[in-house]
Amino acid sequence: MVIYGIYIVSKSGGLIFNYDNVVPKIESERKFTYPLDIKLRSENKKIIVEFGQKDGIQVGHVLNSVNGIPVTGLQMDNGVNALEFIEKEENYPVTLQFARPKMTTNEKIFLASMFYPLFAIASQLSPEQKSSGIEVLEADTFRLNCFQTLTGVKLMIISDRTQTGVDVLLRRIYELYADYALKNPFYSLEMPIRCELFDVNLKSLLEQIEKGVNNI
Amino acid sequence: MSRSTTRFDVKKVNSELVTLTYGALVAQMIKDLDNVDDVSKQLERLGYNMGIRLIEDFLAKTGTGRCLDLKDTADKIQSAFKMYLGIQPNVTNWSPSGDEFSFMLDSNPLTELVELPDDLKSLKYCNLLCGAIRGALEMVQLDVQSWIVQDQLKGDQNTEIRVKFIRRLEDAMPAGED
Repeated sequence: MVIYGIYIVSKSGGLIFNYDNVVPKIESERKFTYPLDIKLRSENKKIIVEFGQKDGIQVGHVLNSVNGIPVTGLQMDNGVNALEFIEKEENYPVTLQFARPKMTTNEKIFLASMFYPLFAIASQLSPEQKSSGIEVLEADTFRLNCFQTLTGVKLMIISDRTQTGVDVLLRRIYELYADYALKNPFYSLEMPIRCELFDVNLKSLLEQIEKGVNNI
Repeated sequence: MSRSTTRFDVKKVNSELVTLTYGALVAQMIKDLDNVDDVSKQLERLGYNMGIRLIEDFLAKTGTGRCLDLKDTADKIQSAFKMYLGIQPNVTNWSPSGDEFSFMLDSNPLTELVELPDDLKSLKYCNLLCGAIRGALEMVQLDVQSWIVQDQLKGDQNTEIRVKFIRRLEDAMPAGED
């Protein structure tokens, strides 16, 4: 029973709000001896695990630090190229930390605008007339609930598959949006929501949900 | 859901506060802009900007669906009047083709304590309401025109706000709604 995140997409498809509520943090650290028994590869300026899943290090994880020195992109923070460092035998044994890659804001904006045409396509593909777009999208590990207001704003909640009462929560978030974003005279429509009051109220709403309060 | 119907009763304010604030706003605008017609126009714009935000509040709190005819729209605006101004105007004077109607306000909180001086007889004091109706409906893809026909401030029996349906904004319809 977890709410992972909340997204609000404006009528024109831009991400105007995003809040990550619970982000499962998966990090695993291990000492390695030469030769390295997992395959690494650089992709999109990141070093990711290509093959060889073991000890909680999974395919797709990103190299986070080498011997405790954080890695940004391909380089360690002391300016050494991480891949080259790992290739050299004299540097062993070496401690590597891997973690699940975090989504950057740009990626989130990109994904949000990708959902927009999917939603529209779904409503057109429908065999029945007058269908809405995607309301629920379910996967192995999460469920996405989407609620589109009459004005075209989309509110989305990414939650655990077992989470109940998401529909009610969506309506409550809509009320918060109407109250704390739209009634703020300094908020201009269609722009990203940077209103502290909205954040605060949203957080307290989510806390209530976590405590299992049902009559929100 | 039962609580959401009671929720908006909580924050009530005295209508005189609204009357006075609105009066101060109009008075200030008359000082700032010399032309009375400009003031009317600005009031309409102000209302429009309020309307495009207020509609979201209305939808969130009432959870109403999309209107499919103008009678439905009129009823919903009527309930919005009740919600935001505490008055229940009559919906009358339907045009034969059903695309125009009027709200009759026998009392109007905005004008409760107001008398128009002679040099401001052309001022459309309540133009804010017309703008708010137009803005709110535009956000739910209805293009309307709204204007004041009768005004208690000008000696009429009632205040009458006319609303004329122009068209549905099909191209602005969000996907999955059209």
